[in-house]
Amino acid sequence: MSTRSIVPFGPQHPVLPEPIHLDLVLEDEKVVEAVPSIGFVHRGLEQLVEKRDFQTYVYVAERICGICSFMHGMSYCEAVEKIMNIEIPARAKYLRTIWCEMSRIHSHLLWLGLLADAFGFESLFMQSWRIRETILDMFEESTGGRVIFSVNKIGGQRRDMENSMLRGFLPKLEQVEAELEAITGAFLSDRAVNTRLRDVGILTKEQAHDLGAVGPFMRASGIEFDMRLQGYDAYKDLYFRPVTSTECDSYARCKVRIGEIFQSINLIRQAIDKIPEGEIAAPVKGLPNGEAFVRVEQPRGEALYYVCGDGKKFLERFRVRTPTFANLPGLLQTLKGCQLADVPILILTIDPCISCTER
Amino acid sequence: MKVSKSPWMLHYDGSSCNGCDIEVLACTMPRYDVERFGVINTGNPKHADILLITGGINAQNKPVVEQIYSQMPQPKVVVAVGICACNGGVFKDCYNILGGVDTVLPVDIYVPGCAAKPEAIIDGVIQAVALLDEKRKSVREDKKEAGQ
Amino acid sequence: MTDGEIREIGIEELPTEALKLKNGGYRLIQMCVNRRIGEDFQLTYSFGIGLSCVHLRMLVHPEDEVVSISSIYEPAFLYENEMHDLFGIRISMISLDYHGNLYRLDKKTPYRPSEEKES
Repeated sequence: MSTRSIVPFGPQHPVLPEPIHLDLVLEDEKVVEAVPSIGFVHRGLEQLVEKRDFQTYVYVAERICGICSFMHGMSYCEAVEKIMNIEIPARAKYLRTIWCEMSRIHSHLLWLGLLADAFGFESLFMQSWRIRETILDMFEESTGGRVIFSVNKIGGQRRDMENSMLRGFLPKLEQVEAELEAITGAFLSDRAVNTRLRDVGILTKEQAHDLGAVGPFMRASGIEFDMRLQGYDAYKDLYFRPVTSTECDSYARCKVRIGEIFQSINLIRQAIDKIPEGEIAAPVKGLPNGEAFVRVEQPRGEALYYVCGDGKKFLERFRVRTPTFANLPGLLQTLKGCQLADVPILILTIDPCISCTER
Repeated sequence: MKVSKSPWMLHYDGSSCNGCDIEVLACTMPRYDVERFGVINTGNPKHADILLITGGINAQNKPVVEQIYSQMPQPKVVVAVGICACNGGVFKDCYNILGGVDTVLPVDIYVPGCAAKPEAIIDGVIQAVALLDEKRKSVREDKKEAGQ
Repeated sequence: MTDGEIREIGIEELPTEALKLKNGGYRLIQMCVNRRIGEDFQLTYSFGIGLSCVHLRMLVHPEDEVVSISSIYEPAFLYENEMHDLFGIRISMISLDYHGNLYRLDKKTPYRPSEEKES
């Protein structure tokens, strides 16, 4: 007869840089149930709108998470712009798209590295992060920051990218593409890596649909859907199709994310090719009065922003439903029945961002 | 030539936005390679000499941070990385933030920036290594005095 | 950038409306307390199918009990626990009720205006 025991996982755990806490109910080595509890990074950012006016809050929104920082700031701006009926200039839309896709590449490369670390392949971890540095250089060149950029403002962008700089990005992207191709084989064809990822943490298409999974986690279960299909910003002018996979396991999640990096490189190329000249910001007059929902595709999946203003300088309510929060039910499902040794990999495959989740 | 010992460091993420965390990790990557100063990133507080904390302190991680600190062997150095760890930064006014790391631990080195740049973090770590040597020396002297 | 239709409903209609959406193939996007109107909390539940979405909106008195929709939409349990932990909304019959332990907080129901926290 097996004995049941409860093992706390986290908050300080070597595999994840972030504090996540799970109580794992174990039967010998098998996980029967996982109970999450959050709050180690909870800051109460949604409530901070009462103390920061709607224009300053852009910088707080950006710091919801340091990995998807650009997208948080941007989506917040878009929600406020929607309330105030501001149409941002075409060039600003393209700039946002380019920075968004750069964020996606950097986030996915970061994830690949952490995954490699979780299955104990340290040199692959180093390689992924080395490639990522090229993208961070591009960020530093264009915004001045490596992870926090502060280039968004309500009505457009605070900085432009010169066309010469954009053209200079092309060879760098080529380099990233070539370097990534070189390590793709290690992730997808290496026998040792395959044994760690294949058939681990199955989430079927039905489960992914019913449990409300989003982003690459959902697409790896064969659901072809991507919020970018809405065509916000410049996405309506760019061609892409969601990357999906039908294996439904950790291997599929890895494959989808690698595919998305190549896709993002392609999207940036298209955007650089089509970017129009012109202004980068529209004037902002008045104060936000009304409410808006905005859904965007972040590296980790769909995020929903809700902003409500009542004609004052301070917003009434700001709410963000981040992708990791939506992926938690799916994670709890995949953890059921897995081996204790696979727990770190499974937690990683949803690409958890605790700082987003707890806000 | 005087050679310094190789301290091990432990990284704990307080309530940061992740920005500084990924920069701390980036420091151990090939480009910045903080390990060339003999520093190794460890996950076990009992192995660690340097504690790097990113992000501010809230009511939930306060006991965690205190426990990690108490488990580390003497002498030890605390480095607060990023403005949130220094004094709360942009999150200072959040209801759930108590303030910087120095509200619960004695902080030796403050690394500013939002997010702190890898160069700044490396500078902080090197200062920590030097400080650790000093602390070790004073511990030794204290022992000598006590022995006499 | 879809905004979606906002349907104002009463709390007693919630299970039927949610079931209708479920049968229509909608997925749960999010559930939240979006603001306070006088004494009441305004709750918004968002559902989506493809790129379009629908929001169910209802007014809840702080003393009222809302019936959980976690038996219809499984992931709802997380959002319901969150609403309970942050705003103190009373929700009954959650499939997985963490009883206020999802968020580890010192201060109970921090997002609720302070004057009524004592009660």
